[in-house]
Amino acid sequence: MQNQKPGAASSGSLEGVAALEPRNEPDWIIVQDFSEAVSLAMSLVVSLDADLLEIIGLSLRVSLTALAIACLIGFPLGALVAVSRFPGRSGLLLLMNALMGLPPVVVGLIVYLHLSNVGPLGWLQLLYTPAAMIIAQTILITPIVAALSRQVLEDLNDEYAEQFRSLSVPRGQAIQALIWDARYSLLTVALAGFGRAIAEVGAVIIVGGNIDHLTRVMTTAIALETSKGDLPLALALGLILLIIALAVNALVMAARMTAARQAYA
Amino acid sequence: MHSPSLAGTPAADRDKSTPETATLLPLEVHSLTLERDGKRLIDGIDLTLAAGGLTVVMGPNGAGKSLLLRLLHGLIPPTGGEIRWGCHPMSAAIRERQGMVFQRPVLLRRSVAANLDFALGLRGGASAKRRDALLDRVGLLSRAKQPARLLSGGEQQRLALIRALALEPEVLFLDEPTASLDPASVLTIEEVVRGAKASGTKVIFVTHDLNQARRLADDVLFLHHGQLLEQSAAETFFSAPRSEFARAYLEGRIIV
Repeated sequence: MQNQKPGAASSGSLEGVAALEPRNEPDWIIVQDFSEAVSLAMSLVVSLDADLLEIIGLSLRVSLTALAIACLIGFPLGALVAVSRFPGRSGLLLLMNALMGLPPVVVGLIVYLHLSNVGPLGWLQLLYTPAAMIIAQTILITPIVAALSRQVLEDLNDEYAEQFRSLSVPRGQAIQALIWDARYSLLTVALAGFGRAIAEVGAVIIVGGNIDHLTRVMTTAIALETSKGDLPLALALGLILLIIALAVNALVMAARMTAARQAYA
Repeated sequence: MHSPSLAGTPAADRDKSTPETATLLPLEVHSLTLERDGKRLIDGIDLTLAAGGLTVVMGPNGAGKSLLLRLLHGLIPPTGGEIRWGCHPMSAAIRERQGMVFQRPVLLRRSVAANLDFALGLRGGASAKRRDALLDRVGLLSRAKQPARLLSGGEQQRLALIRALALEPEVLFLDEPTASLDPASVLTIEEVVRGAKASGTKVIFVTHDLNQARRLADDVLFLHHGQLLEQSAAETFFSAPRSEFARAYLEGRIIV
């Protein structure tokens, strides 16, 4: 994607502008950039640009895999904490909530240190691969999924607990039932995790390296194009990212509305 | 007041039985107390209930009827006294052999059939044939595929009742199951409860409805301010209540 793109030539006036440097251009240039970005985004999508599709595909593969793993860990963990009472539970809740704000670059650095050749997991040779990015994103979003699902499942458990006790429902089955019955609310939890994963750049750029055709995802591509000064292309990628987020939100909202109509949500 | 099944059983043999196998009745309650925030909500109740029959628990609001049911079912622990089911203290194994229907039915966010399947599956007895027969018993077979929470209040309570009975409890607690229900639902619930009693299930039924109590009760527990003021056969209770509070309650006078 760092190769010349249709929109890149038109942004020559911005070449040489360092990434994150304050912009001093008049407003009309920004407006021009934005309209260029929209038309570029449209042309990239309509032409099914192979590089773009590869980046979108990898972004979705990495984030959805991380989300699946985070849900597999986070839902049962959240449910277990929701139905359990033990000394130190408040401390655990505090920790779970605090971990929701893990700084991505710190997670990236820690994963990097573990996966580097001198790290304890260096023998796996995962650094600068999509697997490393999945690991980093999983670490980032599992606390989000666990903490939010704990809240959702605890609310439902308040409603079910006495009935479950009366029916002598074993804890394992109670957890399964809670997760199943809260599935539509948990979709929203998963959505929050997905939003964090797909929009994350700090961790994946450290452990993935933003290598073209290997570990380049939308956010790292946007960061790269911005640093190169190709703002229309960066904006176009940003617009596509927003469209993906909107589409996923719309799907979840539709599922929840269907569930609400059936009193399942 | 021993149950027929216990009659003639040597005491030593009974002591060897476990909570999983022992007969649950008679129920013996001694000095049962529940305190919260320094207030006695259940105040030193002593009672014995024999096997079989339907015991109605009555009393004004705040008398402690629902709390007594929850204590007897082991949903909340007492702060004093003891509950012995067939010589055994309350335990999870004993609760497993009991069922309870709450005033506000708690149904899973699933279909009517799935709610029943969940309960049947707990004891490994799930089958479509059995489930359909149970639903038919409470007139819900035609609604099997509908979301349970979209049923009317009466239908929800019928589903909750048949779900409790699906596990074939030896003791069934009902906490005002017909409060605010339409007459048709009340009739269905009373018929099902009578059927459960006829099949040997001990029923303990909380109600405010005097007519319903007269229709159903074999014996009555009358509570007031957490104390058991009266335990008598239904005929005796309705014709000649011993306590002034019970007399006032039956006459519809306001008691505080």
